[in-house]
Amino acid sequence: MAISRIARTGAIVAAATLALTACSTGTGGDGASGDCAPSDGPVTLTFTSWLPGVEEAVAIWNEENPDIQVNVQTGPNGLGGTYQNFFNQLAAGNAPDLGQIEYDAMPNFRVQDGLENIAACEGILDARSQFVDWTWSQVTFGEENAVYAIPQDTGPMAMFYRADLFEEAGIDVPTTWDEYRAAAEAIREEGGYITNFSQSDINQFAGFVWQTGGQWFSNSGDEWQVNLTGDESLMVAEYWQGLLADDLVSANPPWTDEWNAAFNNSEVWTWVSAVWGANTILSGAPDTAGNWAVAPMPQWEAGASAAGNWGGSTTAVLKGSDHPYEAAQFALWLNTDADALTAMNRTAQIYPATIEGANLPVFTQGVEFYGGQEIYQVFAEAGTNVDPNFVWGPTMTQVYNDVADGFSGAISGTGTLMDALTAGQQSTIAALRAASIPVQE
Amino acid sequence: MSAQTAPARTKGRSSVQESIASRVLAMAVMAIATLYFLTPIWWLFVASTKTRGQFTTTAPLWFADFNLFENIQALFDYRNAVFLRWLLNSALYAGLGAALATLFAAMTGYAIAKYTFWGRNALFNVILGGVLVPATALALPLFLLFSQIGATNTYWAVFLPSLVSPFGVYLSRIYAAASVPDEIIEAARIDGAGEVKTFFTVSTRMLAPALVTIFLFQFVAIWNNFFLPLIMLRDEALFPVTLGLYVWNTQVSQIPDIRALVIIGSLLSIIPLIITFLGLQRFWQSGLANGGLK
Repeated sequence: MAISRIARTGAIVAAATLALTACSTGTGGDGASGDCAPSDGPVTLTFTSWLPGVEEAVAIWNEENPDIQVNVQTGPNGLGGTYQNFFNQLAAGNAPDLGQIEYDAMPNFRVQDGLENIAACEGILDARSQFVDWTWSQVTFGEENAVYAIPQDTGPMAMFYRADLFEEAGIDVPTTWDEYRAAAEAIREEGGYITNFSQSDINQFAGFVWQTGGQWFSNSGDEWQVNLTGDESLMVAEYWQGLLADDLVSANPPWTDEWNAAFNNSEVWTWVSAVWGANTILSGAPDTAGNWAVAPMPQWEAGASAAGNWGGSTTAVLKGSDHPYEAAQFALWLNTDADALTAMNRTAQIYPATIEGANLPVFTQGVEFYGGQEIYQVFAEAGTNVDPNFVWGPTMTQVYNDVADGFSGAISGTGTLMDALTAGQQSTIAALRAASIPVQE
Repeated sequence: MSAQTAPARTKGRSSVQESIASRVLAMAVMAIATLYFLTPIWWLFVASTKTRGQFTTTAPLWFADFNLFENIQALFDYRNAVFLRWLLNSALYAGLGAALATLFAAMTGYAIAKYTFWGRNALFNVILGGVLVPATALALPLFLLFSQIGATNTYWAVFLPSLVSPFGVYLSRIYAAASVPDEIIEAARIDGAGEVKTFFTVSTRMLAPALVTIFLFQFVAIWNNFFLPLIMLRDEALFPVTLGLYVWNTQVSQIPDIRALVIIGSLLSIIPLIITFLGLQRFWQSGLANGGLK
C-alpha cells in the first residue's frame, strides 16, 4: 500500500505539490473567486468522523436543515486507518463530502490534493475572527484566499500537578523549566518522579518544541525545509536528556496500565499535557481525586507565557465533493454553534477551537477532581499563547515513528534524544524525496 | 506419537524409565504451551470482572470485586447496544459466509478430483496459487473493484470476498480423491442418481470431516478478518465485532472509560469461536479417526 501511495503522490506532485502558495484548482478551476454556489434542491452529505457520539450534534443540524441532511460515517482514528481510507477513497472517487482531519495530517492531504478550497463559500473567510488565532493558519497554510478546513478542537497545554504532594513536601510549584528541574530533584529525594517522559508519543515533545518557538517544517512555496534539529528542538532535547540521564523522570510507555498506575499510586507528580489530559488522569488515577491542580506550562524565561499545543482536529471538505457550499456551511456550523460544541464536548470531551467556545458553561465551572479549580480557564489562556507560525510536515506519521524509535533507543541507553532528532531529520528528508515532494537538502 | 514409538526403539530395563521421562518431558512442554496460550485469556477474564478503579490498582492476574455482569450490562447499554449488533454482524458474516464458502470449496474440489475435463490441472494450480496470496494483499484491489460498482460500505463488500477459500478447494480435492471411491460414484450412477444428487447424498457424507475442517478454518478466518472490513465499511451498523472493538480502542485517549468496554467486549467476542470449536471438534476427531482406519 505504501508503494501505491507513493506512486500516486508522484503523479499528483506535478499538479499540486509545491503549491502551498499557489491557488488551488477548485471544482471549477477558478480558485477562490466565487465558484462555491449552493446546489439546487435537497442535498445529502456524508461526513466521516471518529469523534464518539458526533451523531448527536449532527442530529441537531439535520433537524434544523431538512434540505441539507448529513449522514455520519465512522471508523478508527486518523492514524488508525481513517486517513488511509480517505486516500483510498480519493483515489477511487468516492470520498465522503466531509472528513475529520487532525492538524498534523492537514499538509499530507494538501500535498496530495485531497482538500477543497472553501474560501469562496459564503461566510467562510469572515469566520476567521471566531477562531483561536493559531488554528486558522493551520487550515490556510498561510495562503491568500484559501481555507481548506474549519478548525474543530484544540489541545492547548498546561501542567497538571499534585497540589497535595507539593504542599506536603514543601516544594514550590515550578513556573520555569529551571525550577521544574530543581523540583524534579527534590521530588526524587521524596521517592517520586516529577513526570513521565513520553518516549513513544512524540506529540508531547513536539508540543514542547512548539512552546519554545521551534519550527520543524517550513515551506517556501516551491520546496519544503525540514528542521528537526533547530536550536529550539535541541535545547528541549538536551533538557529532557539531562532529566533522563539523572533518573529524574520515569519513562513508562504512555497510555499503558503501568503509566496510569504511576499517576494513581502517587509515584508521578506532574504531567505537562493538553486540555484533554484532564480526563485521562481522572479516568486513570481515580484514587487521587481532588488532589490535582492545573498551572500554566513552565517557561524558558521567567514571566513569559508561551504555551504549546498537543492534538486537535479540523472538519475538511474533501476533494470531489459535489456540494462544497453545503458542506462548508455544515462544517462551519458544527464547529461554532454553541449547542453543537456542547454536544460534542459531552460525548467526546472536545475542547473547541473557537474563542467563544471557552465560555461555554461546561468550561467555566470548577472541576471536582481538580479540587474545584476552574481548570479550563488556564487552558483557554494557554490557547491564546500558542505560536501561530508552527507548521506540520506532509509526512508526520513517518516523522513520529522514526523519532519515537530513536527516543525509545535513547531511553534504553542507545544514543541520545539529540541523536534521535538528527536521525529523524535525515530519514524525513529521505521520505519526502521518496514521495517526490521537493525538499531542501 | 513419540511416546508410542520410543519404547519400541529402546531395549532393556531403561525402556520404562525413559518412557516415563519422555512422557514427563512431553507433558511439561504441553503444560508450558497451555499456560502460554491461556494466560492472556485468563488475564482478559480477570480484567473483565474488575471495576474501572480496580483495573489499575489490583493484581492483574487475580480477582478483585466480581463485577463481570455489571460490566456486561454497561457494554450492552453503551450506544444503544451497538456491540450486540456487531456480534450479530460477525455471526452473519462468519456463519453464513463459512457455510457457503465450504459448499463452494467442496463442490469445486470434488469436481477437480472426480471429473476429467480440459484444463483441470491448470485450474487446480491457479487455485493453489491463491492459497499463497494473503487476504490482506487483496483488500485494497477489492476496495477499488467494489468502488467501481458502488458497493463499498455495504454488507456485500465483506460478505462476497468471504465466500472464496482456495485452501478449502485444495483440501476438498485431496480428501475427495482419497476418501470417495470411484466405485461408489459409479454405483450411484447405475442406481440412477444424477451427478448433483450423488454429490449431495453420497459424496458429502464421506467428505464430512474435510467439510468440518474447511468450515472451521473459514469461520475463524472471517471472524478474525479485520483489514477488509476496515477498508470497506464506514457505517457503524455494518461493522463486525473485530472492527468495532478496534475503533473503540482508538478512542481511548478521547474517552478513557471506553477501555473497560473494549476489554469486556474482547472477552465476549471470543466466546462464539470457542463454542464453534468445541461443538464441531467432535465431528472432526471421529472423522479423522475413520480416515485412519481405511
